[in-house]
Amino acid sequence: MRSMTRRSYAALATGAAFALILAGCSDSGNKSPDASSTGKVDCAAYKQYGDLKGKTVSVYTSIVDPESKQQTDSYIPFETCTGAKIAYEGSREFESQLPVRLSAKTAPDIAYIPQPGFLKSLVADFPDAVKPAPQAVIDNATKYYSEAWVNYGTVDGKLYATPLGANVKSFVWYSPKEFADNGYTIPTTWDELMTLSQTIADSGRIPWCAGIESGTATGWPATDWLEDVVLRTAGPDVYDEWVNHTIPFNDPKIVEALATVGDVLKNPAYVNGGLGDVQSIATAPWNEAGNGIPAGTCSLMRAANFYQANWATDVTVAEKPQDNGVYAFYLPGKTADDKPLLGGGEFVTAFSDRPEVQAFQAYLSSPEWANEKAKVTGQGWISANSGLDASLLQSPIDIMSYKLLTDPAYTFRFDGSDQMPAAVGAGSFWTEMTDWIATDKSDEAVLTAIEKSWPAS
Amino acid sequence: MSVPSTPVDNLVDVPAEEGMSIQNKKLSRIEKRAIAARGKLSSPWASGIAIIIAVLWTIPTLGLLVTSFRPQSQIQSSGWWTLLSNPGLTLDNYDEVLFGSSTKFATYFVNSLVITLPAVVIPISLALLAAYAFAWIEFKGRNVLFVAVFALQVIPIQVTLIPLLSQYVKWGISGSFWTLWLSHSIFALPLAVFLLHNFMKEIPASLVEAARVDGAGHVKIFFRVLLPLLTPAIASFAIFQFLWVWNDLLVALTFAGGTTNVAPLTVRIAELSGTRGSSWYLLSAGAFISIVVPLIVFLSLQRYFVRGLLAGSVKG
Repeated sequence: MRSMTRRSYAALATGAAFALILAGCSDSGNKSPDASSTGKVDCAAYKQYGDLKGKTVSVYTSIVDPESKQQTDSYIPFETCTGAKIAYEGSREFESQLPVRLSAKTAPDIAYIPQPGFLKSLVADFPDAVKPAPQAVIDNATKYYSEAWVNYGTVDGKLYATPLGANVKSFVWYSPKEFADNGYTIPTTWDELMTLSQTIADSGRIPWCAGIESGTATGWPATDWLEDVVLRTAGPDVYDEWVNHTIPFNDPKIVEALATVGDVLKNPAYVNGGLGDVQSIATAPWNEAGNGIPAGTCSLMRAANFYQANWATDVTVAEKPQDNGVYAFYLPGKTADDKPLLGGGEFVTAFSDRPEVQAFQAYLSSPEWANEKAKVTGQGWISANSGLDASLLQSPIDIMSYKLLTDPAYTFRFDGSDQMPAAVGAGSFWTEMTDWIATDKSDEAVLTAIEKSWPAS
Repeated sequence: MSVPSTPVDNLVDVPAEEGMSIQNKKLSRIEKRAIAARGKLSSPWASGIAIIIAVLWTIPTLGLLVTSFRPQSQIQSSGWWTLLSNPGLTLDNYDEVLFGSSTKFATYFVNSLVITLPAVVIPISLALLAAYAFAWIEFKGRNVLFVAVFALQVIPIQVTLIPLLSQYVKWGISGSFWTLWLSHSIFALPLAVFLLHNFMKEIPASLVEAARVDGAGHVKIFFRVLLPLLTPAIASFAIFQFLWVWNDLLVALTFAGGTTNVAPLTVRIAELSGTRGSSWYLLSAGAFISIVVPLIVFLSLQRYFVRGLLAGSVKG
C-alpha cells in the first residue's frame, strides 16, 4: 500500500510538472502576438542579426518585477524579427548565485552585472567562462558610448561588457514651489549650496533629509554621498586612484571629503528634517527619506534619478512650481565649471559565444534597443547610449539625467563602491558609513577601518 | 508546597484502584512523575505564565497580520499598533501580491506543492526502510554505519551546494524538479533515519519476535507490525520536512534557479520587495499567503507532532 501511495505521488508530481511546462509554453505563445499587435515592428534594422528561429538566449539579471516586465517587453522586436527566444530570469540573489552557477558550469548566456568590480572579479576567477565582446558589440560600444563607459566594461584591455541602463546619482531633490515662494535659487557651486542650507536653517527649518537604511545593504546611500563629495573636493583623478586603491582609503584628501560630508550629514542644524536627529539617518529607509520634501518638513535631499519611483503617487516630478511637486538639481561642484557626475549602470556580459547570444548582445548595445526600452518603460529609465532618442523619455528627470550623461562638459565617474572589491564596496564601506552616522564614529576611525578591510591582492 | 501534593496522591490512587496489581509497581514511578508534572502544570500560576508566553509569542504574528491589511502609506509611516488611531484596512496588498506580477501567483504555488510533496515522501520512504534495517536486521558493521549516517547530520548543506550542482549539470537535470527532490531527500535522510530508527527501537522486541515466531518475514513485520505503530513518528517527521522544504529558498534558488517553470513561492516572496527593495510593504501580505499551507498541515497533524518528537528523540 505504501509503495502504491508513493508511486501515485510521484506520478501526480510528474504530471503536474508536465502540466506546468505546457502551461509555460502556451503562456509565452499567447504573449508574442499580443505584443506585436500593439505596434508594427520594422524589421529592417534587425536583418543584420540573421535568422535565429528556434534559438534561445538565457538572460540572468538582478532586475525583478515590476521592472523585469519592461526588460522583457523591450526584447519583443528582436524576438519577432529574428525568431529567437529570450528566456529572462531575474533574482535579487543575483550577485551570490552567479558565481555559483559559473562554478557549476551552468552559466546563463548573458548576465547584466551592475558592478564593474564584480565583472573584474568574474573575469579573474572564471577566465574561460566570461566571453570577450564580439566585433559588432565593440563597434556599437565605441560608436555610441563615451570612453569612460567603455572603460568600465573593459578588463585588461579587452572589452567584455557593454552598458545597459544608466543612472545619475549627483542630484539634489527639492520642492520648486518652496524655492519659488522663498526666493531661493538653484545653487551652482558647493559654497552656494552650503549658503542655501544655512539660509534655510536660519529661517528655523531643517534643510536636509537623508536616510541610509536599505536592509542588508544599509549604508549605501552614505557611500554615494562620500563618493560625490570626493569627486568635488579632490577631483576625478584622485577619485580614480582612491577607487583603484593606488592611494589608501584613508588618504588625507578622503578624510577631508568625509569631513565635508559631515558638515551636512552630521550637523544637527542641517539634518534630519522631519525624521529626527543625526542618528535617525541610519534608521530612515532610503526610499522614504524624501517624503519630507513634498510634506514641507525638509527642503533638500541628495538622491539618484531613480528616486523618482519612490515618490508617493500624488507627487508630481516637474520643474514648474506646484503643490506636491518635486524636482532635482545637479549637485554642484566646487566651481560652476567643475562638473563631476556620479552614476551607475548595468553591464551586459556574455558567458557564451553562440551566434544568437552575440546577436542579442549586439542588439542590447544598439540604439534600437535603447529606444525600444525607453518606449516601453514610460519613465524611470535612461541609458548612456548616445543613439537614444531623448524625445522618447517621458519624465523630466530622465531627460535631464540623459542630458547630463551625454554632455561632454560633465566628467562621468562610476559609483566607486561598485568598483571596489565586494569586501569593501558591498561590505565594510556600507557598515562603517552606517557606524559613522549611528554611533558617531570619527572620520579617521571610519576610513582607517575600511582601509584595513581592503583585501590584500 | 502541601497544596499540590494532595491532588497528586489522589491521582496516584486512581490507577491502583483500577487494579493493575502486577504492573503497578513497575509503572508507578513513571506514572508518578507524569502525574506530578500534570499537577504542577495545571496550577493556575503555570497556566497564567503559559498564557502570557503564548500571547507574547503571538504578538509579532498578529502585528504581521494587521500590517498586511494596512494601506501602503500607513505601513510606511506608522506601526501596526496605531491601527485604532489610524483606522483603514485594505486588501490592496494581497491583490498586488497575488495578481501584480507578470507571472501568476498560482504558478509559484503549484511549483511549491510539486516540489514539496515528493521531497517529503521520498526521504520518509527511504528512511523507513533504512531505519528498519538498522533497528531489526543484524548485519556486520551496523553500528559503525549507523553512527556514520548520524554523523552526516553535522555536514552543513552549504558546502554541498556547488559539488552537487556540478553533478546535476553533468547528469543533465539541472533546472528541473529532479534536482530539488534529490537534494531535499539527501539533506533530510540522516535526521529521518536517526529519528525513525530510535522510534523503531522503542517498540518492544518481544512484539517483533512474536511475529517472527509466527512465521512473518521482514516485509510482513515491517508492514503489519511496525508501520501502524510508527504513524506518530512518520507524521511528526513529515511536518518537519514539509515546513523545511516549503520554506526553503536557498536550495531551490541554487539548484532549480528562479525560472517560473520551477521557482517555488519563496522565490517570488524574496523578489516581492522589488529590484531596489522599495516595495517591502508587500512582504507581510506575501508572508501570510505563504503561511496558509504549512499552517493547515501543522494544525491537522499537530497532535502527532509532540508525541512523535518525544518518542523519537528521548530514548529511555
